Amino acid sequence: MSAPVLLRMAGVARVHGQGEAAVHALRGINLEVRLGELVAVMGPSGSGKSTLLTLAGGLDTPTEGTVELAGEELSGLDQNRRARLRRRGVGYVFQDFNLIPALTAAENISLPRELDGISARKARREALAALEEVGLREVADRFPEEMSGGQRQRVAIARALVGPRRLLLADEPTGALDSLTGEDVMRILRARIDAGAAGLLVTHEARFAAWADRTVFLRDGVVVDSTGDRPGAESLLAVRPRA
Amino acid sequence: MTIRQGMLALLAEEPAHCYHLRVRFEERTGGTWPLNIGQVYTTVQRLVRDGLVETVPVEELAPVGSATARSAETSGSAESKSGADDGAPRGSAPQDVEQFRLTTAGRAAVDSWWATPVVRGTPGRDELAIKVALAVTSPGVDVRAIIQTQRTETMRALRDYTRLAGEQGSDLTWALVLDNLVFTTEAEVRWLDHVEARIARAGGGR
Repeated sequence: MSAPVLLRMAGVARVHGQGEAAVHALRGINLEVRLGELVAVMGPSGSGKSTLLTLAGGLDTPTEGTVELAGEELSGLDQNRRARLRRRGVGYVFQDFNLIPALTAAENISLPRELDGISARKARREALAALEEVGLREVADRFPEEMSGGQRQRVAIARALVGPRRLLLADEPTGALDSLTGEDVMRILRARIDAGAAGLLVTHEARFAAWADRTVFLRDGVVVDSTGDRPGAESLLAVRPRA
Repeated sequence: MTIRQGMLALLAEEPAHCYHLRVRFEERTGGTWPLNIGQVYTTVQRLVRDGLVETVPVEELAPVGSATARSAETSGSAESKSGADDGAPRGSAPQDVEQFRLTTAGRAAVDSWWATPVVRGTPGRDELAIKVALAVTSPGVDVRAIIQTQRTETMRALRDYTRLAGEQGSDLTWALVLDNLVFTTEAEVRWLDHVEARIARAGGGR
């Protein structure tokens, strides 16, 4: 049986401006992301990748169509409920990490949980567990400037999926990292998705998009193709060494 | 890497039968470039002809059970993917065939190979490059569709290589082989992106 759909975008369009000045950033987007699934979005600059991510996280609303997160249609919620759903359900990972410099790793992770109203002690406990899951328990009390780029991004991943958060939206998460560190970050991100989350990954680097279950290609605001999630050609597996 | 240089590099480590050379070549390259015994035998004969390799005199032959022989006898790699066509015995090395070793000139050739960068030479005929080049100038052909279809297929391959890489353990040889496949495939995607952008800029985005 298929895993439940966490994010569903149906007939989504986003138009900026009106009349002749209107810009169709996205048109007719249909996309589902299930728990345990990582979907990569690729496309040239201006193809609508960032707009797609913004709509998926409820930071903007579509001019047409619906966005559902865990079965709740975002446009049907008032601003406060949408903000709460976003805070509790969605985590972001950016190219430049976006950690607060004055807070330690654990504090960066626990802050959104404390804003949710849980006790500082419980939030710290969750933060330490989240750090453990990305293999960084030892940096809990370090400040961002005391960490490497790879460690910072892993902290950001921990923050994105702390507590009940299940949808991870990543915008070029490996953009500031060297090749091997980027690979380490993707491995952690993949493991966290496999452990029971869902992810939407915007990247222009095919090598990192390849960690996703499938890749959708955007051009001029439209999905033009998808790799699908079927297994690859048998011929590919022929390169596997014998046991 | 040509088979010739691969054989020289392996013989620089210790003398070996053609059979063992084949087994060790496959082991050391992650099984990605399977050889049949005929290719190995022909290559070694040419190396002998060129004075880079010589036959080990019978009185100096390595005793049965040497490191090389043990490696071949215990390795499943002896069962080549291409092996059905070579007629080589299975599971153990033939004991009554010649062993080969490097000559002084052969050792110098190996040292020179390690020290010299690989020259790319004239590019081979690449079907994809030819297809795209022809598509650009062929009337009624949707170049963007061709590029997208190819990009999807190449991304699929890249994803599968990445999955294989994720499954591999601590085998460095296999990891390096997969890295090569991953980076080569990624380069194809980047090239397709570039072609698409170049065509769009030239106003030929049909």
